[in-house]
Amino acid sequence: MSELAMAYLAAGVGAAGAMIGGAAGISKLASAAMEGTARQPEAAGDIRGMMILTAAMIEGALLFALVICFLMGTK
Amino acid sequence: MMLKLAATLLLQDPHEHAQSAHAAAETAGGHHEETIAGYILHHIKDSTVIPLHVFGFDLSITKHVLMMWIAAGLMLIFLPLIARSRRHGGKNRAINFVEAIILFIREDVLKNYLGQEGKGFEPYLLTAFFFILICNLLGTIPGGATPTGNIAVTAAMALLTFFVVQISGIRHHGLIGYFKGLVPGGLPIILWPLMFAVELLGLLTKHFSLAIRLFANMTAGHVVIFALLGLIFMFKNIYIAPLPLIGAVGISMLEVLVALLQAYVFTLLSAVFIGAAVHQEH
Repeated sequence: MSELAMAYLAAGVGAAGAMIGGAAGISKLASAAMEGTARQPEAAGDIRGMMILTAAMIEGALLFALVICFLMGTK
Repeated sequence: MMLKLAATLLLQDPHEHAQSAHAAAETAGGHHEETIAGYILHHIKDSTVIPLHVFGFDLSITKHVLMMWIAAGLMLIFLPLIARSRRHGGKNRAINFVEAIILFIREDVLKNYLGQEGKGFEPYLLTAFFFILICNLLGTIPGGATPTGNIAVTAAMALLTFFVVQISGIRHHGLIGYFKGLVPGGLPIILWPLMFAVELLGLLTKHFSLAIRLFANMTAGHVVIFALLGLIFMFKNIYIAPLPLIGAVGISMLEVLVALLQAYVFTLLSAVFIGAAVHQEH
């Protein structure tokens, strides 16, 4: 396989791997948030706030990886 | 191919990469558009509306700049009007609408994270929220572009937050005190330089991620929509059209939700960073 093709392949696989990690992390977070809300419906507002905050941070990290994959796709 | 499109967006360097992308994706292409790559790229990238060269700097009025002016103009016209009519009593739907949004942000976000010392930052955060919200939503209107889909715009907003955080932290704790307070207390003194480096790096990456998050979320929606619509060109068959259209409509609805969410998240994270800088009680 030519080197260029391998670079593109690596970029694609990297993006997929990053997505797997990010989605797994956010699903765990969401399941914990649902459980917490089920146990104590009064805390739903606080839990929702924290859930969105941490989901945004996880996605921020995910997007770092995606940016690296973008850069790999061109260089 | 998709990766290369997104990469060219990020690096704003279309020509060589677009050529090789075209060479790789020759299956597409009717007579009008070169390939799907060119079609998507053409719709996502900035395009000049009024060329303007000042002292050798390229200050052309591009579509994104125009959209930002429209967003700022909308805010400048409508928000003071609503505030004034609220002060004169009376309640109509516009006042209720804006007031609901402002109260939502103030109660749920700002009060929790900013506290008493941070109350001075509410105007900046509310302005940022409305501006980002209107910028994001302008992309969903036909004929509009998303200014926040341009990395320069989101980087500028993240820079603003960065400066607000640093200046507020330094003003509160003093220059040395702020940097000393970055590191959590109760550490053995050996670890201090390492933790300081880590925290410093973390400060930069936190704000960098603000920019990237907003940019990537806004652009990704558009890329998916145009890719789905490009499927119609790829099959060169009109009867395939309903499927990508339904997909594109669905993704557009998701995009409106993401626009709201990303504006909220930007404001939320900015509030958290400001609060963390002002109340450094690790």
